[in-house]
Amino acid sequence: MGKRNNLRTPVSQRPHVVPKPTDTSYIGGMVSVQINEKKVSVPLGTTILEACKENQIHIPTLCNHDDLCVAGVCRICVVEVEGMRTLQTACTFPITAPIKIHTSTPMVRKARRHIVDLLLSEHYGECYSCFRNENCELQTLAKEYGVDEYTFGHINSPRHEIDNSSTSVIRDMNKCVLCKRCVRTCIDLQEVGVLEALNRGHDTKVGTFLDKPLADVICIYCGQCINRCPTGALRANDPSDDIWDAIDDPTKHVVIQTAPSPRAAIGEEFGIEPGKSFTGELNTALKRIGFDKVFDTNFTADLTIIEEGTELLNRLKKALVDKDESVKLPQFTSCSPGWIKFIEHFYPEYLDYLSTAKSPQQMFGAITKTFYAQQAGIDSVNIVTVALMPCSAKKFECNRPEMNASGYKDVDYGLTTREMAKMIKEAGIYLPEMPKSHFDDPFGEASGAGLIFGATGGVMEAALRTVYELVTGRVVPFDNLRIEPCRGFEGVKQASVKLERCVEKYNFLEGVELKFIVAHGTANAKIVMEMLKRGELSDVHFVEIMACPGGCLGGGGQPIPTSEEIRKKRAQAIYEEEESLPIRKSHENPHIKYIYENFLTEGPCGELSHKLLHTHYTKRGKYIS
Amino acid sequence: MELVIEEKIKRTGPVIFSEYQAGEGIRKALSINRQDVLFELKASGLKGRGGAGFPTATKWMLSAAAVADKKFIVCNADEGEPGTFKDRVLLLEYPKLIFDGMVVGGYTIGAKTGIVYLRGEYEFMLEHLESCLEKMRNENLLGKNILGKEGFDFDIKIRFGSGAYVCGEETALIESLEGHRGEPRNRPPYPVNTGYLGYPTVVNNVETLAAIPHIITKGGEWFKQHGTDKSTGSKLFSVSGDCEKPGVYELPWGTKISELLELVGAANTKAVQVGGASGICLPQSQFDRVLAYEDAATGGSIMIFNEKRSMLKVLKNFMEFFVEESCGQCTPCRVGNIKLLEGVERIEKGNYTFAYINTLKELGKTMQVASKCGLGQSSPNSFISILENFKEEIFHTNGNGGYDGKAK
Ligand SMILES: Cc1cc2nc3c(=O)[nH]c(=O)nc-3n(C[C@H](O)[C@H](O)[C@H](O)COP(=O)(O)O)c2cc1C
Ligand code: SF4
Repeated sequence: MGKRNNLRTPVSQRPHVVPKPTDTSYIGGMVSVQINEKKVSVPLGTTILEACKENQIHIPTLCNHDDLCVAGVCRICVVEVEGMRTLQTACTFPITAPIKIHTSTPMVRKARRHIVDLLLSEHYGECYSCFRNENCELQTLAKEYGVDEYTFGHINSPRHEIDNSSTSVIRDMNKCVLCKRCVRTCIDLQEVGVLEALNRGHDTKVGTFLDKPLADVICIYCGQCINRCPTGALRANDPSDDIWDAIDDPTKHVVIQTAPSPRAAIGEEFGIEPGKSFTGELNTALKRIGFDKVFDTNFTADLTIIEEGTELLNRLKKALVDKDESVKLPQFTSCSPGWIKFIEHFYPEYLDYLSTAKSPQQMFGAITKTFYAQQAGIDSVNIVTVALMPCSAKKFECNRPEMNASGYKDVDYGLTTREMAKMIKEAGIYLPEMPKSHFDDPFGEASGAGLIFGATGGVMEAALRTVYELVTGRVVPFDNLRIEPCRGFEGVKQASVKLERCVEKYNFLEGVELKFIVAHGTANAKIVMEMLKRGELSDVHFVEIMACPGGCLGGGGQPIPTSEEIRKKRAQAIYEEEESLPIRKSHENPHIKYIYENFLTEGPCGELSHKLLHTHYTKRGKYIS
Repeated sequence: MELVIEEKIKRTGPVIFSEYQAGEGIRKALSINRQDVLFELKASGLKGRGGAGFPTATKWMLSAAAVADKKFIVCNADEGEPGTFKDRVLLLEYPKLIFDGMVVGGYTIGAKTGIVYLRGEYEFMLEHLESCLEKMRNENLLGKNILGKEGFDFDIKIRFGSGAYVCGEETALIESLEGHRGEPRNRPPYPVNTGYLGYPTVVNNVETLAAIPHIITKGGEWFKQHGTDKSTGSKLFSVSGDCEKPGVYELPWGTKISELLELVGAANTKAVQVGGASGICLPQSQFDRVLAYEDAATGGSIMIFNEKRSMLKVLKNFMEFFVEESCGQCTPCRVGNIKLLEGVERIEKGNYTFAYINTLKELGKTMQVASKCGLGQSSPNSFISILENFKEEIFHTNGNGGYDGKAK
């Protein structure tokens, strides 16, 4: 359901031609084409680029991105098609007839070289002072085409002011090559629509509504644009200098929490193939860098499950037993700060549907500066909390004014996977070769349920494992706790489990079909919200939404590049790691039991947890002043 | 109504300005079937008058063959090419021809809606055009079951452009109609299959549409009597610049440039820019070339420059136009045009090498083949042709270089 098909075609250009029954494209015909000397057969409608890739013929690309609809604007992928006057872009050209393609003629090579030269002439700055050095697609192209001089000159002063107004995303249009991947990410992939081309001709640039700073528009800070930028034009707001200062300050006690997604992806920053987690290695590296304590965000993910699960059961009770009509169902998850900002801007009238539970990052901050400070006997003033997150919106989240339940700023810094890797490298550490070590007490190792928060559907799966067991007294009826309907990358997933033979406390749920929806990427969130608006979710109880495609593992702070394939491998790394853990249900985490017995003694959703672990939201709307 | 430049000529011409009774073309078309309309059109050999010269019959046939719930026919009245003002004359004086052409098009391809994409600056015509449409509605030349033809409903609406030259490019025009930024689309798919709102769409120039009713009533063979083998019929030329009688002329294709110069009273002519800013610039030695798709092609713009003009300034003006009017979407055009303009400025200052000018000419050739749309593909034309055809003037009087390439 809710599948957004045909993503490769820009929305405005989706054809309405009704295929004729005799149309071979309709019945999946094949065409034979000749690429250079090679004769090949491809399905009708394959692009030249796809056909070449299939046949190991390299075509350079820049504006093309597998997650996005085609643009055909950089023109670097031009090829010759026999019989056509002009060169054709391989990324846009669908093969519908037996054509002859030449991918490396003098005209093609000259055109590509010219295009690289033109882009370089306007690309301000030098590679060695750029954070994308050695991971820049323009640099790669320049190398590929043997650029050894600036044929058409090189711009020597910036044309644009850098926009560092936001806590999360910094835009430096001096490095922009106008591939518009960020625009397509924002409009087509995420359907937020903050970025678009402004002006015309040589003055064209990517900007916001009225060219306002990012902090003044409806950007949700998901950072998906950063992940898809081929150059250094977009980056996250990097706090690592401040963190170094804190580490170097002997009066400060610096603790870091690490989320599961960065651990499953940080290896990529060190040249390791996607798909391997470096949790233990990272623990050692962080201690060597100088963090005083290394904690596992999964601990508060478990805590989130208990709080959010309890909140759900409370809402269900109010609705079913007390017949309280003011209760909002379905309950929506609240751990993705990009999603929170999205709903605050786009659906402010539905904020009551959100769980009031804070995200694991913020719960951790509040717990660290209260419970942990108490236990360790450290004055909270001297504690600096850092959160290693896959996310750029987390930076905004920790700076929200209400996030000071401990009496201090609960989380001082949100750090992305990329920035963490940079710090580790700066400290002279090669992460993959670190010995493994454990997380620090008093939170220790968390459950696998918290770990799978990193993948879309993970929160739902973790919650179901706990809720089902609380309600029925039995383990969820899925092989090896793998709740398959929650897994996979389909945009919007819907499933249900039947609650039967409930324990006494929950017998009001006897026979209830617990229905849930999982969506990732705000474009899919929009589909769900529109369903809610139309009243189609009245029989649904729980909805998980993550702002980023793939969930946190595809977050805007993760290593670049990204693609569905890479995201799948990260998910696989997370699911594999989780099955190796001894405890896989949040409510079975002994540290969680301990904290409810000794600190949050009124239990889940009690007064203290309300103060520390729950929050409220802001109606932002879309009005831009 | 007012005209662009004061003209001292009468509207005479063999085709467009020949006799025509309003509604006649529609009546005739409805009395025959669609295939016959297409047949007549094919026989006429009519090619698009907007500049690209695509055979109109083929365009109509392709969209007639597309199967879809809806289709559209769009009249491209954006007339943005520097030096063209012939569509303006047609819109002001012969709207019946254009609208009749659109109705015939709607009938032929199976469209129910026609849209006139009118240049923003032509807003003053709106009232006039709307009243013509209203009159046609009253006479059942528009509306439901037109002239009693059961099931043939067609109406025309007028929409405005906002002043971007590139929005005359048919796919950018469609984007603009849809409310998007005016940026050309990738082709294929072509608008005849996937056009306005994703539906099959025919985009035709004003003048192309104005020729249709004549062809339908008088026959393709009649049309073909005028012009050359490959360029049938006649053409409206917008003549401006250094001449006594600037204005809109209807002349058969195949007219020599020298003949045209004589007709308009041009003396001491040094150069003729054929096809507007995106066209080519011809020196005296080439004035015996003929105006035709197969030789000196043009969407109608003819600019005449006499001996007093500086060709480098002319070129600079064109390049400034493109730097500003590129939609900014694709690399060769967005960045390429500024490089060409900078090249012109360097020549102006005498601060250039021939090696670099040659590099820029090579860049121009890349732009011609690698740009996404006609704008970038044709913007280097004047750069290449002016620097080639007027090299003696340009490199002698400007800078230190000799045109033979020895100095600097
Ligand atoms: C930059 C650019 C501007 C154009 N401007 C116009 C225009 O103002 N009017 C027009 O009829 N065609 C214009 N065209 C041509 C159209 O793209 C298209 O070919 C034409 O409208 C098709 O109609 P025709 O086949 O009747 O000529 C322009 C093309 C380009 C590349
Ligand atoms: S050639 Fe120029 S006008 Fe055409 S798409 Fe490219 S940038 Fe835009």
